[in-house]
Amino acid sequence: MPLAQRLALPVVWLAVIGLFGALEPDTFLTAANFQNIFGSQAVLAVLTLGLLLPLTAGEYDLSVASVLSLSAMVTALLDVNEGWPIGLAMVAALACALMVGVLNGALIVLLELDSFITTLGTGAFVSGVVLWISGSATVGGISDSLVNPVITWDFLGIPLAFWYGLVLCAALWYVLDFTPLGRRLLFTGRGRSVARLSGVRVGRARFGALVGAAAIAGLAGVLYAGTNGGADPSSGADFLLPAFAGAFLGATSIAPGRFNPWGAMIAVYFLVTGVTGLQLLGVESFVQQLFYGAALVVAVAVSRLARALPRLTPGELTGG
Amino acid sequence: MGPDGQPIALEARNISKRFGGTLALDGAGISLRRGEVHGLLGENGSGKSTLIKILAGYHAPEPGGELELSGRSVPLPLAAGQPRALGLRFVHQDLGLIPSLSVLENLRLEELASARRGRISWRSERRRARETFARFGTDLDPRATVGDLPPAQRALLAIVRAVEAMPAGGVLVLDEPTVFLPEPERGVLFALVRRLAGEGSGVLFVSHDLGETSRLADRVTVLRDGRNAGVVAGDAVEPDGLVEMVIGHPVRGAVDGSRPSAGGKAEVAVRGLSGGVVSDLSLELRRGEVLGLTGLPGSGFEEVPYLLFGARACRLGRLELGVELDLPALTPDRALAAGIALLPADRSRDGAAGSLSVAANVTLPVLDRYRSGAGLDRRRLRGEVAELLAAHDVRPPQPGLAFEALSGGNQQKALLAKWLNTEPRLLLLDEPTRGVDVGARERITGAIRRLAEDGICVLCASDDHEQLVDLCDRVLIFSNGRAAADLAGAELTREGIAERCHSPSG
Repeated sequence: MPLAQRLALPVVWLAVIGLFGALEPDTFLTAANFQNIFGSQAVLAVLTLGLLLPLTAGEYDLSVASVLSLSAMVTALLDVNEGWPIGLAMVAALACALMVGVLNGALIVLLELDSFITTLGTGAFVSGVVLWISGSATVGGISDSLVNPVITWDFLGIPLAFWYGLVLCAALWYVLDFTPLGRRLLFTGRGRSVARLSGVRVGRARFGALVGAAAIAGLAGVLYAGTNGGADPSSGADFLLPAFAGAFLGATSIAPGRFNPWGAMIAVYFLVTGVTGLQLLGVESFVQQLFYGAALVVAVAVSRLARALPRLTPGELTGG
Repeated sequence: MGPDGQPIALEARNISKRFGGTLALDGAGISLRRGEVHGLLGENGSGKSTLIKILAGYHAPEPGGELELSGRSVPLPLAAGQPRALGLRFVHQDLGLIPSLSVLENLRLEELASARRGRISWRSERRRARETFARFGTDLDPRATVGDLPPAQRALLAIVRAVEAMPAGGVLVLDEPTVFLPEPERGVLFALVRRLAGEGSGVLFVSHDLGETSRLADRVTVLRDGRNAGVVAGDAVEPDGLVEMVIGHPVRGAVDGSRPSAGGKAEVAVRGLSGGVVSDLSLELRRGEVLGLTGLPGSGFEEVPYLLFGARACRLGRLELGVELDLPALTPDRALAAGIALLPADRSRDGAAGSLSVAANVTLPVLDRYRSGAGLDRRRLRGEVAELLAAHDVRPPQPGLAFEALSGGNQQKALLAKWLNTEPRLLLLDEPTRGVDVGARERITGAIRRLAEDGICVLCASDDHEQLVDLCDRVLIFSNGRAAADLAGAELTREGIAERCHSPSG
């Protein structure tokens, strides 16, 4: 794979930083700004990394953002309203996320439903549950024992949330690239029939990928609650499109043609840098939608036009 | 039934067609009267399909061919849409129906697709459809979903749709319409065909199957190697005579399935296998035996490797190979663990993920061998794959290359290596040399023979008779889901196989 293609996105990212740095040296090139970019948006990075599992296995999961909201809300409600210790509240939140993952897996693998439509439905359903349990109200005042280790404390000047994302990225890279499990997941997505006839239990791989994505979305929800010091019932949904944009844009870089963790990580921070820079220039907040939406379409188009790359959609190319 | 003396509905003369260096049709012709069911017979590669495709306007023949329809000369090649305007109708093997739509929607598919009208009155359409079906002596429910119909009813629908607006003196071409039909259901179809002929249409019935063609047809044209091998009419239309004409030499006496029993006891045994078209199949393989499976398309032989690997649902059956496996409960991962390997025919769908590396593809079934800790020992994996590729003469022997970058023959050699690397006791093959060049074909055949000498049992499904003769110790000929004949030793020749495919019970 040509190096230029692998490194195009990181280079563009640096160029974007340079551009905004030149335009807005006083606000953009500040420690506070980079702390904000890396820290507060670690939630998006974690969510995107989780999405790589089903995408690699050839399935969509449109419910991850709702699972994030659910997990954040359960953490906040149990900790703030019910007075649970934060540790227990987090465990309960992750358990809720896992339940959604198991539900998705059961519907998609056991009942053989289409993952796109199914997770569109379960996602909306879970969003409804979040509104219901929260009474549509924001819950604030979450325990400092969550807020501190997520966003207050830092390492090398960057909040710990970023480092959690980085550790997860390295772990996923290891699993996807260096283990038999990762190979089986990849073949499940690239040639389901090939994988099945080679003895891969493709149903189990798909089920596991969906549960894994939900678990990581649950983790992202806990980080989200820590980052904001609370939870609101609806803002989690705004992560869905950027997460897909990050996953698909990331698949054009580092290991082009493959959904890969380092590419996704760089793509997320590239997108966040662009949005933050534009906002600092005084562009209105709708630019965020424009930017993420365009990035998703551009990412898919680039990978289609670069003929060296396989088509970047989950699922098999030839059916069966 | 005597269409003799009826006017000619369709006459084609001196039709030739060249594909690259080979002459698929060499001055062939056919003459079809009104009111006649005319069979067109021939082996694979005899030129039947090419002739039909020329009549359908799909291929342009070489200059010099002539076509007359109802006595009027029509210049060749035919343009798209022209055959229909001239009163020709085609029903192909796949029928061209959409299973998820209703009978009525399928019947009116063309009209609906062109949307000439703004609004559809479904009630009056249903009434018209019922009238149409009644006119052809069938009682299909316009509201039924096509996917729910039995195969014979689907075939009826396709035929009614084709002939509904056919002008008098038109010609209906049925291209292998019975391949997917169970034997008992074929009668309904034949009744409709005879009825159409009785009303004065010409019917050209293209088939592999001598038995049904001789039952149905008034006259039969036989093609062999792109030329007319003869036209048979009246009482001469009977299977034994036709076999000779189709395969080009006399049948050498009836031989039964018995043969000198070779030494060695059964190493692998299949008992009472039923699934798909296959019903109650039992077979045995001795240690190191290569057993071929063949037959006409749809006879079930091509399903057997997948049924024995747990890749296709099985109703009943057991497989014994040291351990005893219950076939309905078998899955590919269990089959692999029991020492079975399957080399599928469709390389791009079932064989390998083309965009991934040769090494990744070749090691997929044996990944656990390269486990080190939680991860993979990728260096050892690459090293062993490089040796494996070199040993199987895969060129270039580069593990890191994308699989799709290999040529067809080298892909197949790499896939054979993939499966042999699992050290199987039973190797299942489906068309192992389809779409590979001659050199790779010899190489693959040689490799499989050597495996058998090492004691591996091999089961090979193929419709390539020459390959079966080169590769196999014994060949089972399938008919209607059963093994109807068993050829070995001196009987195992290309001609012998072809003969038995066309008249399995001979």
